[in-house]
Amino acid sequence: MLDVRNLQKTYTGRNRTVEALRSLSFHIDANELVCLVGPSGCGKTTLLKCMAGLLAPTGGEVMLDGRPVSGPPPGMAVVFQEYGRSLFAWMNVRDNVALPLRRKKLGKAREKELVDHALEVVGLADAHHAYPWQLSGGMQQRVAIARAVAYEPKVLLMDEPFAAVDAQTRADLEDLIRRLWRELGVTVLFVTHDIDEAVYLGQRTIILSKSPTVVQEDLTIDLPDERDQLHTRSSARFGELRAHVYEQIQRAKHHSGDTEASVPSAAGAATATPHL
Amino acid sequence: MTPSAIASVKTKPAGTGAGPGGAPGRRGPGTVTALRGLAGLAGLVAVLEALPHTGVVSADYLPPASEIGRTLWHLLAENAFWTALADTLTGWGLGLAIAVVAGVVAGVVIGSVPVLRAVTASTIEFLRPIPSVALIPVAVLLYGTDLESTLLLVVYASFWQVLVQVLAGTQDVDPVADDTARSYQLGRWGRVRYVLWPTALPYVMTGVRLASAVALVLAITAELVIGSPGLGHEIAVAQNSGAVSRVYALVLVTGLLGVAINLVARAVERRALHWHQSLRREG
Amino acid sequence: MTVLTAGRRILLLLGMPAVLFAVWWFATADSTDVYFPPLSTILRKFGEVWAGDRLTADILPSLLRLTAGYLLAVAVGVGLGLVVGMSRVVRDVLEPVLELFRAVPPPVLVPVIMLFAGIGDTMKILVIVSGCVWPILLNTVEGVRAVDEVLSDTCRSYGITGPSRLWHLVLRSASPQIVTGMRQSLSIGIILMVISEMFAASNGLGFTIVQFQRTFAIPEMWSGVLLLGLLGFVLSLLFRFAENRALAWYHGLRRAQRDT
Repeated sequence: MLDVRNLQKTYTGRNRTVEALRSLSFHIDANELVCLVGPSGCGKTTLLKCMAGLLAPTGGEVMLDGRPVSGPPPGMAVVFQEYGRSLFAWMNVRDNVALPLRRKKLGKAREKELVDHALEVVGLADAHHAYPWQLSGGMQQRVAIARAVAYEPKVLLMDEPFAAVDAQTRADLEDLIRRLWRELGVTVLFVTHDIDEAVYLGQRTIILSKSPTVVQEDLTIDLPDERDQLHTRSSARFGELRAHVYEQIQRAKHHSGDTEASVPSAAGAATATPHL
Repeated sequence: MTPSAIASVKTKPAGTGAGPGGAPGRRGPGTVTALRGLAGLAGLVAVLEALPHTGVVSADYLPPASEIGRTLWHLLAENAFWTALADTLTGWGLGLAIAVVAGVVAGVVIGSVPVLRAVTASTIEFLRPIPSVALIPVAVLLYGTDLESTLLLVVYASFWQVLVQVLAGTQDVDPVADDTARSYQLGRWGRVRYVLWPTALPYVMTGVRLASAVALVLAITAELVIGSPGLGHEIAVAQNSGAVSRVYALVLVTGLLGVAINLVARAVERRALHWHQSLRREG
Repeated sequence: MTVLTAGRRILLLLGMPAVLFAVWWFATADSTDVYFPPLSTILRKFGEVWAGDRLTADILPSLLRLTAGYLLAVAVGVGLGLVVGMSRVVRDVLEPVLELFRAVPPPVLVPVIMLFAGIGDTMKILVIVSGCVWPILLNTVEGVRAVDEVLSDTCRSYGITGPSRLWHLVLRSASPQIVTGMRQSLSIGIILMVISEMFAASNGLGFTIVQFQRTFAIPEMWSGVLLLGLLGFVLSLLFRFAENRALAWYHGLRRAQRDT
């Protein structure tokens, strides 16, 4: 479904060049929920922008359904971290959600249905006519999610969407994403720097090295499909996976494309099953 | 924002957003910008030269750029021109100075006394939008074509620019800083000196910059319409005597004067505020 | 209590203007100075002079020319500002030229434009356009340039492009700056309306007031000064009313940002 092949990105500045992505390859199946985690500054946002067709890679390619991504592809929606800056401050909630649908020319009735439903599922059925800046941060991010839901994408890319909301709201929103993913049958790539979130949310977690970035580990999260904040997080398996990811991230801080030659330790392999 | 995103913003060529790279002339964007700007100015001169020659515009109305340039060159050799320039700058500078002093004093007094602020608010809102040109007949009546006529208009128009900015500045005082000053037994004067003034200074500088541009407009307007001595008066004389290219040359001088004043005002503002994190946006 | 606060507010609002008015009234009450006639005389003349034929013969033509020139300047300024603001190269090339044009004091354009357009309505409207267009143009450029990168990415990823992007993203997010430019231009417009009429005209406010001054009809002249002041005040009031409606979202956003 979504294929990243030898993706490279080098920024060329005035006096220096920065190699952000060394060479990244991974694959996401249809209807998968995959988390992407890595140390701070590892080029997560760069990777996501390349995948969304918002940034041209220096080398390699991103394939969606077998076609290379050269610009923002239809059927893909992106939710950014900066909810305050990704919503139109001059439109109310309803218009924010409805605007991307206009281009699809679905007809008034279908458009209304989609918007109503999207706002309903994110829990904003009462906020149609509010402006984004009248809402709390968590509610604003719900609007951005509703906009993505109404768009009916095949792929949903999320760039640290909950990094700027408080812990309780964050837990609610995580469960919302799990629910939406299961109900809508959409493929989700969720970028985060939060280790708990990376373990709790996905079926798989891709751990990135520090910059210049390579894939450090592709880890299957073998937690049961039914998850909730209380029981899942207190389970022994969650603790093991969490410890493993934590360890990998610590190692990733010293590991990059430049140190690729060094043999990665297999300490965590006993408790986790690497994907592929 | 992740550090990688910040790094990417820094290293990206400015202004092209997330688009693919490949903007020409990566080395020294400053030079490229300057060259493009020069090309723009050269283009303007070329168009002004070509228009009258092609006959699109009659040379009686718009002399070719070369002729305007020649007239300007001759102008620079005239004593009368330099006297007029000095007159304009006198009206501008004197008027601006009076307006700045009056605006800052009035602003600090009104701004630091809440009752005064409340009482004067409506009056300021009423007087500020009154167009300064409404005073032209009054100025003529009272002062004829003397410098005072120019000053009346310049001071009236510039005063409000300064006052409004100073008032905005005094309103921006951090209540915590003010309370701290109070708790250390600073008197009213001490609080003005150490709390209010540093807060208001950026606004004062903005006000001075805005006022310096307005002052030039009004100085030249007064000269043009009333006939007090200066560049504006020279333009009126040139127009009446049908010296078309002289009109253009003088207009160009007023434009260059305006550019110079803007550049100086911006430089002064930046220098005075270099310690201040951000230049405030004007209201 | 509420009666008291309302009373206080009215006192604050009208107190100082009332005092100033009273000072003017009594200071000039027995004035024999021809230059400073009693306020009562000025106010009497005000009704006589401006309520009759001059309403349609002078005030109306002035206002029509101002409206036409101002609206044209808005259209041209916003249109050009979009073009200049969206292209880095165009911006770099034109910036110094625009800075020069903006720095020319608008009233000196009157003699220049008279060369081309004579002394009729066209000249006066062109003068107003050529003075008002720069603040709008340059502020539009600034606003277009400052369009948020995240929001721009959001539009791209949802396929909001072309005219839809122009309207829903670029123009709307630049609108606070555009309005700032329009506000600056309004006061320039009023100045140019008056000045273009003082130069060469057979009707209009500027023309009539200068006539009064030249014929030493002093109370009439003062009534004209009052009228111009009133006009400036009313127009700025109307502008603010329109701005508060059009930019309600912006003021709300700013308030929300301040409160956090």
